[in-house]
Formats: sequence, structure tokens, C-alpha cells
Amino acid sequence: MGLTTAAASESVSLTRKRTRGYYVREGVSQLLRYALLIVIGLVSSIPLVWMVSTSLKQKGREFMFPPEILPIPVIWRNYIDVWPESNIHIYALNSVMVTGLATIGTLLTASMVAFGFARMSFPGRGPLFAILLSTLMLPYIVTLVPTFILFRVLQWIDTPYPLIVPYWFGGGAFFVFLTRQFMMQLPTELDEAALADGASYWRIFWNIILPLSGPALATMAIFSIVSHWNDFLNPLIFLLTEKWRTLALHLRFFFFQEGFGGFPRWNYLMASSVVMLVPILILFFSAQKYFVRGIALTGLTGR
Amino acid sequence: MEIAPATRMPSGWSRLRGAKVKRWIWAYFFISPWVLGFLIFTAYPMVFSAFLSFTTFDFLSAPEYVGTKQFNKMVNDELFWISLGNTAYYTFLSVPAQLVVALAMALALNQKLMGINIFRTMFYLPTVTPAVASVILFVYMYNPDYGVFNWLLGLVGAPKVSWLGDPNWSKPSLIIMSLWGVGGQMVIFLAGLQSVPVALQEAASIDGAGVLRRFWHVTVPMITPVIFFNLVLGIISSFQIFTAAYIATGGGPVNSTLFYVLWLYQHAFENFRMGYAATLGWVLLAIIMIFTGIQFYTGRRWVYYEGSIT
Repeated sequence: MGLTTAAASESVSLTRKRTRGYYVREGVSQLLRYALLIVIGLVSSIPLVWMVSTSLKQKGREFMFPPEILPIPVIWRNYIDVWPESNIHIYALNSVMVTGLATIGTLLTASMVAFGFARMSFPGRGPLFAILLSTLMLPYIVTLVPTFILFRVLQWIDTPYPLIVPYWFGGGAFFVFLTRQFMMQLPTELDEAALADGASYWRIFWNIILPLSGPALATMAIFSIVSHWNDFLNPLIFLLTEKWRTLALHLRFFFFQEGFGGFPRWNYLMASSVVMLVPILILFFSAQKYFVRGIALTGLTGR
Repeated sequence: MEIAPATRMPSGWSRLRGAKVKRWIWAYFFISPWVLGFLIFTAYPMVFSAFLSFTTFDFLSAPEYVGTKQFNKMVNDELFWISLGNTAYYTFLSVPAQLVVALAMALALNQKLMGINIFRTMFYLPTVTPAVASVILFVYMYNPDYGVFNWLLGLVGAPKVSWLGDPNWSKPSLIIMSLWGVGGQMVIFLAGLQSVPVALQEAASIDGAGVLRRFWHVTVPMITPVIFFNLVLGIISSFQIFTAAYIATGGGPVNSTLFYVLWLYQHAFENFRMGYAATLGWVLLAIIMIFTGIQFYTGRRWVYYEGSIT
């Protein structure tokens, strides 16, 4: 309805204003709009181009001033040379394992909790959901100190458990909220019909609501993967030795080892960064509609 | 359905009641992961942390009760005030700047132009970049001798700046760095902008309102809930800045980037002063709650919710 009236009024205004001056104005305005978009786009992407370019530079050339935009000559070997020295593959495997297991836990338990809050009524639902939302605003650091003590008592420090197990308990308020918003939009007749046919609540959840929640699950999976892959604070606090070190933590150690003063090997550092960034970029480009649509769809607009 | 012979003909009421109780049990089953998680990873830590804040504890011996000693120590600790000041400086400059930049980017994206999706992707790229990688990249670009930023300054004839190495520039440097990652706020703004009714814009346009007036008197009031959302969450997360300062500056030079959470981290996980760290954590929670409360209170005056009558 809104769209058709808008389109109608637009066509009215178009027929009214179709003079030569109108086309010139439109053309100039289009040009300015693209110019603005291109400027912001360049500012957003040039640092990443710079990262890739530096990662391919010959030793010493990353210190040139004025900086050289293009790596000449292109040293692909940087990516091979940085490998044995830093065991990237072990850290990458650790990152994959932690990210994967934490994400599976998030998907399963957050959608369960969301189903409970979205599709079922029970005493205490309102207050419990209010508590859940309020944890969104809780500073992480407040619970970090006692959580660290808890994991120390459990002898989980320097194991991957602290990076995985907590996410099997609802996966965090943000994901529950996001999925609940989505599930609330599905028609309640679905549940009622299934109940009348004698289906259990688990079957309604598993065979009806979950398959219909694809977009919410995809959004959740992507956000979870990105956040666990990029997570720095948790590995920093809970991992001590090299054994379970993740890529993010490795990058920090590599950077500190190269030192602040003197001449850090920026080409190697940037090559490691690119290795860490590439899987995320592939995920982002292959599923980017979920990043934007997911947020818009689940109504995370402060209402 | 197994029904005992005596209740072969249950009244409608008790059958309904049985179904209801069954539904409740199922509901509690479904939300049980979060309830358990909340008890183990949120409620217990907060209670334990409150207890710890009245003790000294370093893992070597059992927690020892010391009353309000930690709190008194904090109030008289010069670094507490320095880190609080640094954090306030960072928050109150970076959050407004982030909102303006994110809104400008969302406005640029909220147009019907060919290829707009490509730009949306480009604008969001920095946000998926791992924080560690982007911080290291910015340290490289901020290098006073061979960094891109000083080269750009040179192009416009400005003198070189030490950026992260200069106590006057270190915080602004981190604020600029934070502006490169506002994609999340941008997407939320964009969703808000797209829900502004076209008819309203058209009506204002027919009444002779120009672009700026339409933006200020139609768009902005309609997206105040989104502005409020980004403001509240932006302040909460900026108060907790850690990774950028930890990697790029380590709190220096001369404590100019010693932010609250970084300082807390040093106490808790480098010196294992768990009692003091717990006190600092609770104080941070109180500060954040006060600021959030103030925003919700003042927000009632300027946030417009569709459908509500004020």
C-alpha cells in the first residue's frame, strides 16, 4: 500500500518536472551521491588494501617514506616464510575448533531458549525475559574475575573449555533476543495445528519452528562465527601456553615479539593478519545479505 | 494419553489444567539452558564478586576479609582517577563521533542507486576485520617515521605527529581508530532510516521543505529510537575499551591511554589482586548503570516512539 502510493506520487511529480533543468539537476545530484559513496568506500577499504599490499612487500620496503602503495616486487613467499616460524596452522586449527563448537552450542541452545520465550507462555516469562535483556548491558569485566576463579577451581585454565562451554548455555542474550524476535513473527496456528495432531513441544520446535527460522539461524551462525574467530579477550585471559592458542592471540604474541621500537617485520605481521582475515571475508561475501537483513528483520532497532 | 480408569471422564477443567502444567514444564525445559547459564556465569559471579570486593585474594591463601579497605584504597588511588578520566574522555568524544559517522554512512547508503549493495559491503568490511589485526594495522599506519597518516599530513603541508607516542595525541588516535569500525551502528541506523515512511518525506517535500529541513524535522525525529539505542550501547561499550589500548599502547605514554578496564585487567590478571579487581568491577558497573539510567530518564523527552502519545 505505502509503496504503491509512493510510486504513484513519484510518477506524478516526474511528469510535472520533466524539463531540461530537471535532468541536469538530477545528473549532478547522482554524480555527487556516487562521489560521496566512493569516498566513504575508499576510506573503509584502503586500510585493508594497505594490509594486503604490505604483506607482499620485500623485506625493508615496508619502511619506505613516502610509503609505496604497490608492492614492487611482489613477494608471495612472505606467506610461506611466515609459516614455519609461527605455526599458524596449529593456531588456525585451534581457532576453527573453538569457533565451531561454540557456534554449534549457540545455535542449539539459543534457539531452544528463544522458542521457549517466543512460542510458549509460562509463569515468570516477563520478568525472566527482562533479566535476560538486562544482561545485554552488563559489563563483561564484572563477571570475568569470579568466572576466572571458577574455571581455575575446575582446572579449566589453559584448556579450550572456557572458550566453548559457556556458549552451550543459551549462547548469550543477544542471540536469544534476535531469534525470539524472528520466531514471534511466525503464525501461532502452526503450533496449534501440530498440538491438535498430538505433536510434542519438542517436535514443534525441531520439525516446524526451527526449519522455518532459517534466516535467523543463518544470521546467528554468522555473527557467532565472526565473534569467536575474532575474539581476543577470552583467549588472552583463559589460555596461558601455546598449546590451545588461537589465531587472534597468536597475532598479538607475534606483534609483541617483533617489538614496538626498532623494525618490526610488518610484511610478516600483515601476512599473518591476512591469513586470519581471509576466512572471515569469504564468509562475509558469501552470506552478506544475512548480516544486514538479519539485523533489520529481527527488529533490532531499539523498539 | 494414559488415563487411569477412575478419571476416565475427566472434566474439561482438569484436562486443560493438565495440559497447562505440561506446557509449563516444557517451557522451563526449553529456557533451562539460559537459566542455568545465567546462574553459573552471571548471577554466581556477581554475588561472588561482591563478596570478593570486601577481601584480599591472590590465589596463594584463602580470601581474607578486610571490610571497605579496597574501596578506600581505590578512592585514594591516583591511577583510579587517571583511568576514569581517560575513559570518560574517550567515551564522550568517541561515541558522538561514532554516531555522526555511522549516521552519515547510513544516509549515504539509504538511496536507490545502482550498485548500492557493493558500497554497503565496502562500508561494513572494517567491522568484520579482527580487532587484533586492525589494531596492528593502525599501529603501522600511525608510525611517526614511515606511517601513512604522517604521509597524508605531509601532503597537506601539516607537520608530523607522533600519534600513539604523544600523550596529547594518543587518545584522539584511538578515537579515530574506533571510527573505522562503526559498521554495526551504521546497519542499525540504516534499518531505522528504511522504516521512515516515504509518505512523510513526500508530504514535507510538497510543503516546500528542503533536504536539510526534511532531514532535521522528519528523518531525525522518526529515528530517535535508533539513535537512543546506538547511544546507550555505544556508551556502555566505550566505557569498556580494552583491546585497542592493550595492544597499541599498553596504557602509555605516561598513562594517557590507561583506560579503566585495561587498568582492571592489569590488577586482576597480571598482579592477581582479585579483591581489588572485583571492587573496581562493581564500581564500573555502578558507573555504567548511572549513565544508562540518566539516558533512559532524559530519553523520555527526546525519543519518539511511533504509536505513543506524548
